[in-house]
Amino acid sequence: MIDNRRKNSDPAAVQVLLTILVLLFYFSFIFLPLALVFSQAFQKGWEIYLEAVRDPFTIEAVKLTLLTAAIVVPLNAVFGVTAAWAITKFNFRGKSTLKTLLDLPFAVSPVIAGLIFVLLAGSRTPLGSWLGEQGIKIIFSTPGIVIATLFVTFPFVARELIPLMESQGCEEEEAAITLGARGWHVFWKITLPNIRWGLLYGMILCTARSIGEFGAVSVVSGHIRGQTNTIPLQVEILYSEYNFTASFAVASLLVFLSLIIVLIKGLIEKKFRKNSIQLQ
Amino acid sequence: MASLTRKKRTILPGFGLSMGYTVFYLSAIVIVPLSMVFLNTLHMGVQPFINAVTSPRVLASYKLSFSAAFFAAIFDAFAGFLVSWVLVRYRFPGRKLLDSLVDLPFALPTAVAGICFATLYSPVGWLGQFADKWHIGIINTPTGIVIALIFIGFPFVVRTLQPVLEELEPEIEESAYCLGATRLQTFRKILLPHLFPALLTGATLAFARSIGEYGSVIFIAGNLPMKTEIAPLMIMSKLDQFDYAGASAVALVLLLLSFAMLLVLNGVQDWQQKANH
Repeated sequence: MIDNRRKNSDPAAVQVLLTILVLLFYFSFIFLPLALVFSQAFQKGWEIYLEAVRDPFTIEAVKLTLLTAAIVVPLNAVFGVTAAWAITKFNFRGKSTLKTLLDLPFAVSPVIAGLIFVLLAGSRTPLGSWLGEQGIKIIFSTPGIVIATLFVTFPFVARELIPLMESQGCEEEEAAITLGARGWHVFWKITLPNIRWGLLYGMILCTARSIGEFGAVSVVSGHIRGQTNTIPLQVEILYSEYNFTASFAVASLLVFLSLIIVLIKGLIEKKFRKNSIQLQ
Repeated sequence: MASLTRKKRTILPGFGLSMGYTVFYLSAIVIVPLSMVFLNTLHMGVQPFINAVTSPRVLASYKLSFSAAFFAAIFDAFAGFLVSWVLVRYRFPGRKLLDSLVDLPFALPTAVAGICFATLYSPVGWLGQFADKWHIGIINTPTGIVIALIFIGFPFVVRTLQPVLEELEPEIEESAYCLGATRLQTFRKILLPHLFPALLTGATLAFARSIGEYGSVIFIAGNLPMKTEIAPLMIMSKLDQFDYAGASAVALVLLLLSFAMLLVLNGVQDWQQKANH
């Protein structure tokens, strides 16, 4: 009865049972939804699918989404590196408070993330009406979408880099400075190569979220087709018009993207682990 | 800022620049905008604030968001435990694929998840037709909301539990076995207490995320007043009526709730770290 060779392994029957339960969970929560997207998107054939994807409004939404990501990801990456440098290379009071504050946007509902920018710069606020007089529109326009996306993706890079740089310590940089290297030289030649996989990883997560963000963007966008519609908002509009095939066709683009991101994530994690093993 | 002065001198440069930029960017993107919620409710006066956050519809939405997030987190704790156990301990073809797919709910835009579950469980949907036949209400009910939240929350549990499970020393179980413990006893008395802090952290993360979740829920919820309106949706509908003060009031309560969760989480994580060292 008792398996003496492997005391840590469960009996075969238990293994089979638990694996079946897990597969059942994956089937209903992962595989079925994924299959549904493609079955709905292609149910009327390739031509209808391509037509939905090539729709001018969809193309505008794709452009706006890519523009947003192209602004948001570099800004938050620079911030993430800077914040991680300040937090991991120096000792100061209030460090743990600062770390908590960096994570704050993750604790905030996406709808509130949109709301705060409407309260700050909406047309009925002092700042918003002053900007309006200068001819600058933030809310219901592209800048609002960008800034709300900046908020929701704010912690991603810093959060990946801080534990990584903490585990790496400061010895290499200190040695370089002692040997006479200048500050930026140390950063480009030592710190950046050491953190490159962590940085890339954080940027990928940031990209994924900025492309897929729905709640926050939905509050500040105003849903003007062809102007302030991102891809997820386009999916919502088509769905609420009962144009399910087109909605799922556009959604399938996002599914492709998230599958690619999940794949890349797995690959980078492998590199990550190799790196950290080398460091130890 | 006095609180940001350096305690120990290091020879590395860039403290002023990096700290200055960090504080500036943090204030501009996060602190100042978030403070708008507090400022807008200050304007309101106490009575209108209380009226706004205790109206029956708003109270019902808080209750729904809270309880749906709670049940989803409980389910996620079980499902997440099972998934991480199987992924860490068993070897079978396709395991790596399943492992990667754990992150799908993180990567998949919430609106896509939302329309998927709404279509899947609609009365003519792949799963909804069975629910319909057996008279189980899923779409436009709190059950549907819980299903969407289970999807959103389960990676939090798996990704918190998995590393702890991987680092578990086999010696612990072997010595328990040598001392005559059965598998079940070892699991209950040794493994579970050791894994519990991580499990709790994961479930708390899932819960915190679920309270504010919007995109994946609104499609399956149907948004019936007093029945299936979640708290973030109440903020949305107040904004649509240009009731900025009301929206801020509802948001403030939700924010304070989330910050309380953040504090609980820090406590749980401290406990987890102590438990694992």
